[in-house]
Amino acid sequence: MATQLEDQRVIEFDVRTDEMLINMGPQHPSTHGVLRLLLRTDGEIVYEVTPHLGYLHRCAEKIGENLTGPQWLPYTDRMDYLAAMNMNLGMSLTYEKLIGMEVPEKAMNVRLIIAELGRIASHLVGMGAYGLDLGSFSPFLYAFREREIILDLFEEACGARLTYSYLTIGGATHDLPGMIEIPPGLAALTGNDPKMKMQWTDAVLMFLDWLEKRIREYHILLTRNSIFIKRTAALGVMSGEMAIDYGCTGPVLRGSGVDFDLRRDGDPIYTRMYEGYDFDVISAPFEGVAGIPKDVILGDNWCRFFVRMLEVIEAIKLVRQGIEKYPTTEGDFRVPYKMNSKLPADEVYLETECPRGQMGFYIVGDGQAEPMRARAKSSCFCNLSVTAPLCEGVLLGDIPSIVGSLDIVMGEIDR
Amino acid sequence: MTSQEIFDSLTEKFGSDIILALNAEACDPWIEVAPASIVDVSAFLKSEESLKFDMLCDLSGVDYLEPDAKRAKKFPYEPHLEVVYHLFSVSIKHKITIKVKLPRWKNDEEGSLPDVPSVAQVWKIADWHEREAFDLVGINFTGHPNLLRILCPDDWEGHGLRKDYEFPLEYHGVRG
Repeated sequence: MATQLEDQRVIEFDVRTDEMLINMGPQHPSTHGVLRLLLRTDGEIVYEVTPHLGYLHRCAEKIGENLTGPQWLPYTDRMDYLAAMNMNLGMSLTYEKLIGMEVPEKAMNVRLIIAELGRIASHLVGMGAYGLDLGSFSPFLYAFREREIILDLFEEACGARLTYSYLTIGGATHDLPGMIEIPPGLAALTGNDPKMKMQWTDAVLMFLDWLEKRIREYHILLTRNSIFIKRTAALGVMSGEMAIDYGCTGPVLRGSGVDFDLRRDGDPIYTRMYEGYDFDVISAPFEGVAGIPKDVILGDNWCRFFVRMLEVIEAIKLVRQGIEKYPTTEGDFRVPYKMNSKLPADEVYLETECPRGQMGFYIVGDGQAEPMRARAKSSCFCNLSVTAPLCEGVLLGDIPSIVGSLDIVMGEIDR
Repeated sequence: MTSQEIFDSLTEKFGSDIILALNAEACDPWIEVAPASIVDVSAFLKSEESLKFDMLCDLSGVDYLEPDAKRAKKFPYEPHLEVVYHLFSVSIKHKITIKVKLPRWKNDEEGSLPDVPSVAQVWKIADWHEREAFDLVGINFTGHPNLLRILCPDDWEGHGLRKDYEFPLEYHGVRG
């Protein structure tokens, strides 16, 4: 009796795989917080992805309805906690537009310097954490070393390291600091005396000079690394129309080849801040940039990542120009705003360009000091909604690569 | 295009029975649309060459009610619900706000959610925004592909952003 079939392939054809439901998260390291993805897989192929949110829901909107503007401000810090300064700015501008307040030139200058430094810090984490998702540990350590100095500088400005509440309605709580002791991290990296005293603005410039040289290293470690390219290029491809249809904004939208940035195309109350500053809006396919890997397709993971890398350089340019203008700006760093000022019976929806996309605040007033509706439209919420179509039919191991390229923060999604 | 021009082109297409009002003096000018026709109006706003509102920036529900009796005397609005659509055109770079007014409860029966047709077929992102509005404000979007709660757990009771929402004393035996 034959112990095996004559043609082995017959058995091969008879093999069936089972459909499996796999739960990824909410404590999975590459879901960037508490996101739970329910995957329906057949072997290594993922057929369906269902995101489940809400693990970090803290009723921020309900709280906002019961508090006045300045009281709600600290809650916006806790939305996107990696770019809290930009959250503060968006919410303050919305209230200012509602009550018709105009901030002086100096306040706008301070806001620009701080907001762009916040953008650098946020993109550094985005870059480092993305490398971590794909199994490359060292860029993460470098990114946090650099971010540490920005946090030190923010600490000198407002006393906090993560939740600042610094940019408030009417301007900022304090002016930029004067003489400070050099941040310990910066002293160690640049080889200066740790007891050295210097102007805060000079410390920022010293840091930027140092950071600019390091960006080449990140490109060697990640951007042009062939393993990194293999894991990101031609994966998670999204067309510009699809990105707009799903409400994607920020680097996700620009990575898909849509040339749109609220710092240039937004509401006048926001673009006024950036008037007279020279900066480029980065969008795929990166015309004039040499050395784009040939596997890259417009709108893939690599493009979204590269947009962030180039935006850091633009942010450095903006901070330099801001600091150059700082001594000559006129006016005060803030206009006083009373805690219990009554809001008019009107409503405003305003979006600002945060590092992760367009964060919108919608405030409806009814004559009381507390708004009747305080809505925070999250950019990551919209960016995450595109996960399900992007992850259809990819390999299980590519899910962290696609979700990581969207650079989400769950605190902002769940609010 | 200005809000007046958008309003004119909508009125020309749909008539004043569907396009109810324009408030051009508001900080963000808004147009009120009859709830039953919101899908047709949305599809027109998105596809018409001169309008091209391809991005739905935000969709939110607002509960116009003042539960505090003292403050209610000064409250400038009649109690009602609104669904607010903030639209933007990436190609033309203009924006408009569309509003739909609904009763707080369907047929005035407390607990039965008011209906409005879903625009998830027009803009994909409306899917999630409508789920959130259903979850927190309590609006029933008819024709929605998957109208489940998104931020609160599936077995949560009530809709948190309603002004007369009462906070639960406990959830699954955990005291609040």
